[in-house]
Amino acid sequence: MSQPSRVRVALVLPELLGTYGDRGNATVLVQRLRWRGIGAEVVEVGGNTPVPADCDVYMIGGGEDIAQLAAVRWLHTHPGLQRAVARGAVVLAVCAGFQILGSSFAGTDGAMHPGLGLFDVVTRPLSRRAIGEIVVEPAAGLGIRSLTGFENHGGATQLGPGAAALGRVVSGIGNGFDGIEGAVQGRLVGTYLHGPVLARNPDLADLLLTWAVGGPLDPLPLEETEALRHERLHHAGVR
Amino acid sequence: LLTSGQTTTERTGGTRPSRLGLRASAAVGLGRAASWLSRAAGRGDGAIIGGRIALAVDPGVLRQLATGRRLALVTGTNGKTTTTHMITAAIRAHYGRVATNHTGANMPDGHTAALAGDLDATHAVLEVDELHLHAVADQVNPEVITLLNLSRDQLDRAEEIRKVATRLAAAVTAHPQATVIANADDPNIVLAGAAAQHVVWVAAGVAWRADATVCPRCARLLLAQGAQWWCECGLARPQPAWRVDAEALTTPQGLRLPLTLQLPGTANRGNAAIAVATAAALGCPPEVALPAVAALADIRGRYRTLTLGGRAARLLLAKNPAGWQEMLTVIADHQRPLVIVVNAREADGFDVSWLWDVHFEVLRGRHVIASGERATDLAVRLRYAEVEHELVPDPETAVGLAGEGTEVIANYTAFRFLTTRGV
Repeated sequence: MSQPSRVRVALVLPELLGTYGDRGNATVLVQRLRWRGIGAEVVEVGGNTPVPADCDVYMIGGGEDIAQLAAVRWLHTHPGLQRAVARGAVVLAVCAGFQILGSSFAGTDGAMHPGLGLFDVVTRPLSRRAIGEIVVEPAAGLGIRSLTGFENHGGATQLGPGAAALGRVVSGIGNGFDGIEGAVQGRLVGTYLHGPVLARNPDLADLLLTWAVGGPLDPLPLEETEALRHERLHHAGVR
Repeated sequence: LLTSGQTTTERTGGTRPSRLGLRASAAVGLGRAASWLSRAAGRGDGAIIGGRIALAVDPGVLRQLATGRRLALVTGTNGKTTTTHMITAAIRAHYGRVATNHTGANMPDGHTAALAGDLDATHAVLEVDELHLHAVADQVNPEVITLLNLSRDQLDRAEEIRKVATRLAAAVTAHPQATVIANADDPNIVLAGAAAQHVVWVAAGVAWRADATVCPRCARLLLAQGAQWWCECGLARPQPAWRVDAEALTTPQGLRLPLTLQLPGTANRGNAAIAVATAAALGCPPEVALPAVAALADIRGRYRTLTLGGRAARLLLAKNPAGWQEMLTVIADHQRPLVIVVNAREADGFDVSWLWDVHFEVLRGRHVIASGERATDLAVRLRYAEVEHELVPDPETAVGLAGEGTEVIANYTAFRFLTTRGV
């Protein structure tokens, strides 16, 4: 087992891509490791420092359109994230972060822009902005319970052959193609779910952590997260 | 008796609004009747319905109601209602009658109702929703536009911050006659204020740095040192004319005026500085404005102590991350019981992800009661922040359990509900 002594969770460009509380995803991962006795820390990667290539997990969140273009420019110039992915690092990319990690995406200017190409996905404008609660039935192979979140985006994301769906939309919009939500490609997960998604869905948090530490983790049932899960599913009229 | 219009202008700073046209008179009359009916039926103070009906009868009524008055518009994400009350108090102390939308009804129907409600007021101070500044300014031709701050707020329904900044800039550009009072510490506000021909910068501070890190003009990351900030593209913090610190307000002439507010928190010191600067632009001297502003203690229930669930509790409003951060500093200097109430209705924004932008970790070591319709989301946030908590969704029950002298921080619809329940 190559379990790192201290798991480093990079929070990538939170000033640019952190509009929707997505920094909470990093908080959740680090706490869920610490409470299991595994050392962990958040490494904030601000826009004045190159992205380090040696972190174990990378979190990249949603943001405004203008910030999305600035972020992708920065990540192209300082390719630490791309190197980390080549090394096998775990990535969670949410909303605008998901879009810019794809092959290409539509900007506010109406033009298509090249993304980092880490996901085999293309994002074009959605006809009507998707805003609201969303419930997703995850792909069976992931072995996790249904996901809930809040989506707020104007992107329609189409998967290429290199990417698999994170799940099927039960209610809400998701990618806006074929009833699919998000993408999984190797140890990269892309999604439109805010909430933040890992605060709402501890199963997904632990799935990413299992990948990061390279083995199974002790169960960590939390009364609050279970209650929230049931409440949100109930609210969406599921079960 | 005053003998000439000129003298009137100098003494009162304005003339009585011009006489309303027939249609506008009818509109105002019908609006008032509707307000009266609404009040009589026990459905609130009736201002909005009255304004709505007046506008429906005569879409030009707002323009006519504003004509001949000296008028200030106040906008921004946080502190609109408080700052509007402050400016109103100052102008009232100096000039007498002021028309204002004191209830916080900050759309054109609220403005119409406010102006129709006091036809004789020579001055008006109106709080305006950020996205309506341009439309309202076009109608009322303001003498002063006051720009407070911009930060993330209800993102699932409002527009993104930089788009709002651009829209404020367009409103300012369209009204070159207006003096703009603007917060030099907020880059988004500076983008808008810089579009003005006459601008007075106030160093009023920002409670929330997270939305002030990226250049609103070019999206590069801003560089900062101390209070200064700048961007490679040239946008930079302007030299402020007014400043405020923990002791005093400094005027453009360099005069230091001691400032002690009844209202708590540093954000309110910034609001006070902007209010005094706005009053000065309308001809009200700081020596008159300052005591009037300092004496305010209760802004539409904000900061008010009331009895809830049988207990005395102080009610604090926080509508967005910047507001929450400010309220967490307001309650930090003591250890009273704390109830936090979170709803997610339309007026609050349906998305509660913002809970993770607020540094609730500062509450470690305190016991918190999580309440409101989204108490469970809050409980999860507190759990990950390692703040000891219990879940009591009904806010009145929560306050009853918390004990005497409880602090209650609530977001918008929760706050509104509690103000109606408290005595």
